[in-house]
Amino acid sequence: MSITLKDLLPRQKGKIVRINGTGAIRRRLLDMGLVPGCEVEIERYAPLGDPIEVKIRGYHLSLRKEEAKMVECKEETYENKADSGSGRQS
Amino acid sequence: MKTKLTVALAGNPNAGKTTIFNNLTGSRQHVGNYPGVTVEKKEGRLEYKDYDITIIDLPGTYSLTSFSPEEVIARNVLLEEDIDVVVHVVDATNAERHMNLTAQLIELGLPLVVALNVMDMAQERGISFDIPLLSQLLGAPVVPVVGTKNEGITALFEAVITTAEGRTGLYSKVVKYAPEVEEEITLIQAMLPEELGVAKGGRKQTGSEALKRWFAIKLLERDKNVLLHLKTLADHDKILNQVDKSGRHLQQHGHDYEMAIVNGRYSYIRGAIRETQRISAVNKVDLTEMIDRVLLNRVLGLPIFLCLIWLLFQITFTVGASPMDWIGKGFGILAGWIDQLLPDGLFRSLVVDGIIGGVGGVIVFLPNILLLFLGIAILEGTGYMARAAFVMDKLMHKVGLHGKSFIPMVLGFGCSVPAIMATRTLENERDRLVTMLVIPLMSCSARLPVYTLLTAAFFDPQAAGTVMFSIYLVGILLAVIVAKILRACVLPGESEPFVMELPAYRLPTFKSVLIQMWERTWLYLKKAGTIILAASVIMWTLFTFPQADQQGRPFINHTVQMEQSYAGRVGQAIEPLVRPLGFDWKTGVALVAGFAAKEVVVSTMGTLYSIEDSDALAENTPGAAGGFAERAREQSAFTPLIAYVLMLFVLIYVPCLATVAVLHRETNGWKWPLFMTGYTLTLAWVVSFVVYRVGLLLGIGL
Repeated sequence: MSITLKDLLPRQKGKIVRINGTGAIRRRLLDMGLVPGCEVEIERYAPLGDPIEVKIRGYHLSLRKEEAKMVECKEETYENKADSGSGRQS
Repeated sequence: MKTKLTVALAGNPNAGKTTIFNNLTGSRQHVGNYPGVTVEKKEGRLEYKDYDITIIDLPGTYSLTSFSPEEVIARNVLLEEDIDVVVHVVDATNAERHMNLTAQLIELGLPLVVALNVMDMAQERGISFDIPLLSQLLGAPVVPVVGTKNEGITALFEAVITTAEGRTGLYSKVVKYAPEVEEEITLIQAMLPEELGVAKGGRKQTGSEALKRWFAIKLLERDKNVLLHLKTLADHDKILNQVDKSGRHLQQHGHDYEMAIVNGRYSYIRGAIRETQRISAVNKVDLTEMIDRVLLNRVLGLPIFLCLIWLLFQITFTVGASPMDWIGKGFGILAGWIDQLLPDGLFRSLVVDGIIGGVGGVIVFLPNILLLFLGIAILEGTGYMARAAFVMDKLMHKVGLHGKSFIPMVLGFGCSVPAIMATRTLENERDRLVTMLVIPLMSCSARLPVYTLLTAAFFDPQAAGTVMFSIYLVGILLAVIVAKILRACVLPGESEPFVMELPAYRLPTFKSVLIQMWERTWLYLKKAGTIILAASVIMWTLFTFPQADQQGRPFINHTVQMEQSYAGRVGQAIEPLVRPLGFDWKTGVALVAGFAAKEVVVSTMGTLYSIEDSDALAENTPGAAGGFAERAREQSAFTPLIAYVLMLFVLIYVPCLATVAVLHRETNGWKWPLFMTGYTLTLAWVVSFVVYRVGLLLGIGL
């Protein structure tokens, strides 16, 4: 089942599968590091419910639900939380 | 003879380029903690050892595509100006995302130095790097620096010079893509002519193969500007055919070429970082996260935001009140002193009424301006401004604006000119235009003197704050309505997406806050010393002459003289226009003069009323807001209603010539500045008329 970033709830994590859409919006998402294989975590919703804040590659990014809908991902449970490519090692 | 070097500072928005630029060149550019503070390139010079170095501070970009104006500026500078070394400023706490641009800079083939900035914060978070290895992997020297503390700057200079001299001992790297993508790049690259003509100057010799590869990759990415440039080359049809074929080819193999290229860059960078970055398990609480848990709370977020903005204005007006009084008294003493020193006559009238009355009436507001800019500097410096955009985006989006419109609009409370320039962070041209057009409705600090004077003169001190707040509120409300109308009727179309970084909170450095406050204040003082001084003298002259009627008889008294003066005649000519709003001809003159700058409305009224009152001048304190307000009350025959309507008019009509000029520059033409002038004048008249008539009807404030 495919879900998008918009369907995740605060504190839920997901792994990006695909970025849909075209043009400048898609390119901006890619440039901000939303690339397949990357792990994202929903931080919070804005007080008015939109936009949302996510954590990706160790930084905080905000985007509207409209754009979050373009980011297809699969929900990440704690069991399959492998090295997700956030570049972190300890 | 010193060798000339040109160094460009590139990097993601909010990487700290400008802080480093200021430290390097000793200049005072405005820095803030939100993405997009620098919107145009800035240059500075310095000498280091045997080199005469020009440093260009580029606007921040996430990428070198051609989707936003800043990206295009940055790319054009890198391509077209004779850049010897590019210094890429990278935020060490967020290296992976920032270095996506490093990969693109490596591709561009310019000599590169990577400045790993914010190392102090990275260390606090337990992040460290194997610098020599990272340098090798990137093929460019990497220098750890702390821009705010000026650490590592000498090492950075040394690295720039060794790079310029080509003796870093590092092998330059090529960002490799997936084999299928590489195949297509090679195919396209082979078809490109020797002279691409994209890069001007000395770079032609150095990077022609690298540049061809870059050009091929950009073609594969379908970059608008590069495709446009392709049309100027010979055989462009053939090349374009190949590009199309390559694109189809990749797609057939299940590749999305755009993704393949972005992914290639990220893999390269991720690999380099994985090998060199160590994160020790520091179990420190993320302070930014803690703060945001409160400030961006679902319930508290909006009230906190409103409180902060309210606090900003409260501090501006209440704390500023006493120093304002002192400055006013100071000018009063000065005027009294000059009054005794100079003999009675025209010259004394010019100095006391024209210059001190006019310029003094404006300088009195210096404390307010200082405090307002202090508040804005702190909000910017800490990183709250980006949160404000986050909190406000939904509302802004509803009225046809953008969360990012919010920052320029708050700046608009300070001054419309930098605010209009700050709209460059909006990528969508329509969003940007609408924002620029409504910014003048955000009541700027130049209008503050008008409000302060009028509220002091015509309203109860207890009600003054509320009256002032209501004016600001009306401005915001009108901005919302106008934006909505513009978006629906004049500039319909898609809005820009909201994809914005929320930077980690930082304690702004004392220096950067002071610099910003000082810069803005200096601009204000400069305006007081030039435009307002000139306007004051001109207005005084226009009000003072002629001194006698056509038969050469002096006028019976000041009132007659004023009415017969040049300004008086102009005022009477436009009186029919302003009469329906309850204004007399003097107000009309002040409003016309206010085109130059809004403060001039006050300085003109100051000149006007101190001239008329010069018989009683001895007991009064000219220039001081208090005395001034008294005179305005005594002489203007205004009712509180008229005063309020005047404030509304001043709020809405064209802010000043500088705003019109900057709008002309930003939109490349006269269409939008004229539109702005026209709509604000019409709106000002209509709103004033309605409020005045309704007020009269209901008998409010008579």
